[in-house]
Amino acid sequence: MYTPHTDSEREEMLKVIGVPSIESLFADVPAEYRFPRLNLPEPLSEMEVAAQLQELASINETTRDLICFLGAGAYNHYVPAAVDAILRRGEFYTAYTPYQPEVSQGTLQAIFEYQSLIANLTGMDASNASHYDGATATAEAAVLAYHHFRGKRTRFVVSPSVNPQYRAVLRTYLNGYENLEVIGDDVEKPFETAEDLLPLVDANTALVIVQYPDFFGRIQDLTDFAQKVHESGALLTVVVNPLALALFKSPGEMGADIACGEGQPLGIPLSYGGPYLGIFATKKDYVRKMAGRLVGETTDKEGRRGYVLTLTAREQHIRREKATSNICTNQGLMALAATVYMSLLGKTGLRQVAELCYHKAHYTAQQINQIPGFEVDLKTPFFHEFVVKCPDSVEEINEYLLDNGILGGYDLSNDYPALKNHMLLAVTEMNTREDIEILCEALKEYSHD
Amino acid sequence: MTEPTIYELSSPGRVGVRYPQPDVPLAELPQDLVRQDLPLPELSELNVIRHFMHLSHLNYSIDSGFYPLGSCTMKYNPKINEEMARLPGFAYTHPLQPIETVQGNLALMYELQEYLKEITGFDAVTLQPAAGAQGEFTGVMIIRAYHKSRGDSKRTKILVPDSAHGTNPATSAMSGYEVVHIPSDSRGNVDIEALRAACDETVAGLMLTNPNTLGLFEEQVVEVNRIVHEAGGLVYGDGANLNALLGIARPADLGFDIMHINLHKTFSTPHGGGGPGSGPVAVKAAFKEFLPGPIVEVLEEGDEELPPVFGFYQPTQSIGRVKAFHGHFGMMVRAYTYISIHGAEGLRKVSEYAVLNANYLLARMRGTYKVPYDRICKHEFVVEGVWDDAPEVHALDIAKRLMDYNFHPPTNYFPLIVREALMIEPTETETKQTLDRFADVMLKIAEEAHQQPELLREAPHSTPVGRLDEVKAAKELVLCCWLPEEAKN
Repeated sequence: MYTPHTDSEREEMLKVIGVPSIESLFADVPAEYRFPRLNLPEPLSEMEVAAQLQELASINETTRDLICFLGAGAYNHYVPAAVDAILRRGEFYTAYTPYQPEVSQGTLQAIFEYQSLIANLTGMDASNASHYDGATATAEAAVLAYHHFRGKRTRFVVSPSVNPQYRAVLRTYLNGYENLEVIGDDVEKPFETAEDLLPLVDANTALVIVQYPDFFGRIQDLTDFAQKVHESGALLTVVVNPLALALFKSPGEMGADIACGEGQPLGIPLSYGGPYLGIFATKKDYVRKMAGRLVGETTDKEGRRGYVLTLTAREQHIRREKATSNICTNQGLMALAATVYMSLLGKTGLRQVAELCYHKAHYTAQQINQIPGFEVDLKTPFFHEFVVKCPDSVEEINEYLLDNGILGGYDLSNDYPALKNHMLLAVTEMNTREDIEILCEALKEYSHD
Repeated sequence: MTEPTIYELSSPGRVGVRYPQPDVPLAELPQDLVRQDLPLPELSELNVIRHFMHLSHLNYSIDSGFYPLGSCTMKYNPKINEEMARLPGFAYTHPLQPIETVQGNLALMYELQEYLKEITGFDAVTLQPAAGAQGEFTGVMIIRAYHKSRGDSKRTKILVPDSAHGTNPATSAMSGYEVVHIPSDSRGNVDIEALRAACDETVAGLMLTNPNTLGLFEEQVVEVNRIVHEAGGLVYGDGANLNALLGIARPADLGFDIMHINLHKTFSTPHGGGGPGSGPVAVKAAFKEFLPGPIVEVLEEGDEELPPVFGFYQPTQSIGRVKAFHGHFGMMVRAYTYISIHGAEGLRKVSEYAVLNANYLLARMRGTYKVPYDRICKHEFVVEGVWDDAPEVHALDIAKRLMDYNFHPPTNYFPLIVREALMIEPTETETKQTLDRFADVMLKIAEEAHQQPELLREAPHSTPVGRLDEVKAAKELVLCCWLPEEAKN
């Protein structure tokens, strides 16, 4: 289909190679397994494929068709048109890893700017060029801490209010290491605060992981907590929603050693869960231990400023089995999306979006709290997500909401048995007051029925 | 020309996007938690567009020219893929939506799993891994879980040929294994005797790339896999080079147990300047229950009136999640589009022409460049970028000189078993004319290497910047820029 050869070109090429046919190029493949018949649908023209995919896509109900209050790690935000206009530049999306800096300055400078924006936003000294997503970035933080202490500290203390999927990935990643313990995330005590973890943090603890805002949307000042963690010599990782950092104190300011998290809120479409963007930033002491690619500024012979991949000796293609991570391909284009998004919104816009989320979420929470049978904790500070205690199972309520054109919140009983009938609702700048009122009306009707 | 950074372009008070005013009463902010400074740049939309347009012009890409980066399969990324991934029905779905609202997504994922099974011959597929390296990690953790499930705790080693990608040993190490390197023989195959000697009851498995990184089909692959199996080990297939095998041979038939597939290489999803990739993992039936879940299955069969109902299945002995949500769905849409356009016949043609193009280039360069393992290659080949009678010139110089002729350099200094390696993968989407131009230039550069070596040593001469000082970058370690004082409010 995308092979441009004419018959005569093919024959000329075979002649130059010195073989009679294309088949003869595969003489080294065992004959009994050679040229299997693949049972795949007949090839389609581009026009037919487009129609087929359009058909599949139209079966879905989207966050555009429904009023979306679903978050739990992926958020419905507005992406300005300019972001995709840049992402669609073939010069960016059809290039690969900038191993040859002289012909990759576009990608390299964009990553350098990404690193800068993330470092500024998180209050850290340096950011890498990205991990796969928030979950793997969190796992890589644990791997960093493990190697930082040369495997001598074996305890990892994780808050139960870290995203359940991130905790699952963290455990998978640490499975290859002998005798490590991952503790603290007792799902029977979902609302424990960071301080409740402190009794577990000892001289054998490599890393403490908390989330901010946490999985339930709550925010708390972690400054004292960070100090106490450091008193036992452990490192502190704060898993962040980068958008919240436009409004609230950064993990760097509060004393975290590593900030990681999901960059999807920064201009990346929901796209059914990926590709997203793993954010990873550290204080300067850990820069050389950070996995993944790093871009550094330098000059050429003429003194012109330029950018290169740097500290590559940490990486798998150089260190092979001594590398601390096997990461190679990262989320380059998603990092570019976040860079363009943050550049466009800038200081004012990013803060404005964060404030819109905050105010709308609080309004929604207050309204829901007034509906008989529904309850929201309005005393604990939160960003744009909050827990609603419901009169019935979330599954039933969500079915009712869906019938009314609403994509309800996340069913927390999936991960926390103690949170039967608890729903996690997210509100963003995309939700108008009318949306919120429709939601509240539906919940009222539900509680009357 | 140097492009200023977004921080240097910033001007206090400038705004790029306007948002609506709040339509709800304002809530009180927790003042002790509110951030005081936000040192981000301030630009207009046009500032931003021009800036990134200027940056884009500093990049080489497949859309702008020939990109024979070995092992990376830099084939054309069809534009229709991009359109399909952006269909609102796909792009605006949330990963945690109830399954009844995303049957279109699940149908696509299910079909893609089926296609990948058919193409590779395996019995089950997870689409979750984010990239090839994560696919490898998934695969090796499955090997680990498999042995453990059988109470076999003696197996502490993974065998890795010396021609392997760096990710293979790195993956083995991060999965808790000791790495044992297996040498290659004079034909570029795994050295069978060395393999036999290394195979015992401590071997958990072998990670094998076929065709290998020399671009050569592992001539005794069936025997290699048999030897590992006899010792009780499993064979992991690194699918980086699957572009040579579509409709040519199915890795499962050849004896592989587990394999990852790079959607961003073989199935044309774009490389994005470094990612995102997508690295589904395929396994034989015996290993299905170890896959990271959930995977997509048919919950209720369809009939003439109703389509099947798709949902998720959680494998019973899963190694656990490797990634949040369901993998890189956007990449799956692109790969599905690509496979649908090709069908069986088209996919076979992809591999046939990828191999034809590589052998043609090899034939044109042979004689001028030394080919250390010289036989019919598959989708790529490796030559030496050095001559005894031009000792000042190295592979790196050839790579840089190619830029002056407006080509992207091949992969260099890999695989490690070839001196001054240049690893060339033309892919099937290039015309004979492009290959001829590239071959002509490679021959010309060989001539220059002998007659005007300084031309190569100083290359590139025509790029936006010259060779950059990597030592300085690592020493000074400037990894971010900050808002200049005058741009602060």
